[in-house]
Amino acid sequence: MVGRFFKEFSLFSAVLILIILAGIFATLYIYASDSIHQFGWHFLTTDVWEVGEDDEGGVFGGLIPIVGTLLTTLIAMVIAVPIAMGIAVFLTEVAHPMLIKPVSIAIELLAAIPSIIYGMWGLFYFAPIIQHLFGGSGVGLLTAGIVLAIMIVPFMSAITKDAMNVVPGVLKESAYAMGATKFEVIKDVVMPYSKTAIIGSVILALGRALGETMAVAFLIGSIMKFPKHLTDPTTSIPVLLANNFSEAQDLELSSMFYLSLVLFGVSFIIISIAKFYFLGRKR
Amino acid sequence: MSNNKDIMRAEDFSFTYPGAPAPTLKSINLPIEKNKITALIGPSGCGKSTLLRAFNRIHDLYPGLKYDGKLLLQNQDGTMENILELKSESDLVHLRQRVGMIFQKPTPFPMSIYENVAYGLKLSGVKSKSELDGRVEEALKGAAIWSEVKDRLKDSAMGMSGGQQQRLCIARAVALKPDVLLFDEPTSALDPISTGAIEELVAELKSEVSIAIVTHNMQQASRLSDYTAFMYLGDLIEYNKTKKIFMNPDEKLTEDYITGRFG
Ligand SMILES: Nc1ncnc2c1ncn2[C@@H]1O[C@H](COP(=O)(O)OP(=O)(O)OP(=O)(O)O)[C@@H](O)[C@H]1O
Ligand SMILES: [Mg+2]
Repeated sequence: MVGRFFKEFSLFSAVLILIILAGIFATLYIYASDSIHQFGWHFLTTDVWEVGEDDEGGVFGGLIPIVGTLLTTLIAMVIAVPIAMGIAVFLTEVAHPMLIKPVSIAIELLAAIPSIIYGMWGLFYFAPIIQHLFGGSGVGLLTAGIVLAIMIVPFMSAITKDAMNVVPGVLKESAYAMGATKFEVIKDVVMPYSKTAIIGSVILALGRALGETMAVAFLIGSIMKFPKHLTDPTTSIPVLLANNFSEAQDLELSSMFYLSLVLFGVSFIIISIAKFYFLGRKR
Repeated sequence: MSNNKDIMRAEDFSFTYPGAPAPTLKSINLPIEKNKITALIGPSGCGKSTLLRAFNRIHDLYPGLKYDGKLLLQNQDGTMENILELKSESDLVHLRQRVGMIFQKPTPFPMSIYENVAYGLKLSGVKSKSELDGRVEEALKGAAIWSEVKDRLKDSAMGMSGGQQQRLCIARAVALKPDVLLFDEPTSALDPISTGAIEELVAELKSEVSIAIVTHNMQQASRLSDYTAFMYLGDLIEYNKTKKIFMNPDEKLTEDYITGRFG
């Protein structure tokens, strides 16, 4: 009786998720349809975002925010993944037991800080440092990417650390007993064993980086301009949406839905690729 | 009193776990003879695993433990080297390649069957594909599992049965051509048929390596081993030919244990 109820309830929940997903997609598509009609695929390669005369029509293209989103995310991942792995390995395999607890707690606290605080800290403290080191105006792709990296590192390392902690001790011991060094045990046993969870954490972090709005809004410069250097200010999809949503009408509004559809699609594609590429070959 | 029948020997060996008030092993004197099987028996908690794990210094993965006395290992030239004096990681790596270990539960690595066996060889510096292939095949044959796996060497080792996994672990250790193999209750997680296969295998291996095996199974100890050591509360109570220990032990305690009066 209870078993049956539970079974049906879980089926219902699973189906509900699919319905929500399809519903969101459909809504975005309907609202975006004007813009899709007007611009078609060119939307993706157009680097103009201009409202027409008398607030009528205009030309809208998503290239700049799309590139901005992809680049900030790429920068963030390139920096964050190795650091997060390093932290996780350090905490599970290297660190002195006395050190593990306080560092783990600090990491969990870092993961809990709201993104707007990262944004403010980044703008007032970190941007001047970047400006000093790399030139430019301080805000831009690089600053946004690095602060994004700082934001996702705690989260990624916390999940990865938990996954590495459950690698059975006797498995590690048997690798040592074959004459493996600590480094080899980490590389050949700990990493492969926790691969699924590591990739899961990377994917979740990726999703967060792609969609992060507040912190990036502070740091990317929010201007509709194609970046030529890493330090140039530009914009990203969530930032553009957040900044313009309240005033946009008609075709611009529809274009913004188009843009969110693109973000939805990009996240979906990247995550699918990551999943199939890394987990597909698993048996 | 050096005699080169012993591949390894504990001399007044004591061991203390980190934070423990008293030693877990107290002044143990025990030889492991070359090309013989030595069984370690005794009630739970008496220190069998602790002693076994000292023979390849796997204890050293955890900080804070204390060794006393000597653990000797015979070198190629017949001299005895005290392995407690090894310090550097590379010395310990080298020791563990010479003194392999098989655990209670099978521990296949998360890789293919082939890679599991080739792994230790690669670590020890074997690079050529043909040599690897040859030695993997030889080891799998040596562990009597070749015919079962030869068509699926590329499959993950995690998909094998428990008994197959355990034989794979033995193959993996044998591939390194160690001097000594340490078995810690290698069959306690297996069904009787797999257990029989492993026992047969261990008996065959003794022509190539010297073996120390911990077991709770009295029949297994008496069937398999040439020598038996009985331990109790961290002391080595009695060591002798297996026949003698099982037929006519010197100590009352040994007799009580073997006849199942306690433990
Ligand atoms: N990591 C450890 N730290 C502290 N004490 C330990 C540790 N491992 C084992 N001991 C203690 O050392 C003693 C011997 O343990 P050991 O595992 O060697 O026993 P055993 O003879 O192998 O027993 P079993 O037959 O149950 O495997 C026990 O009293 C145990 O509580
Ligand atoms: Mg034990």
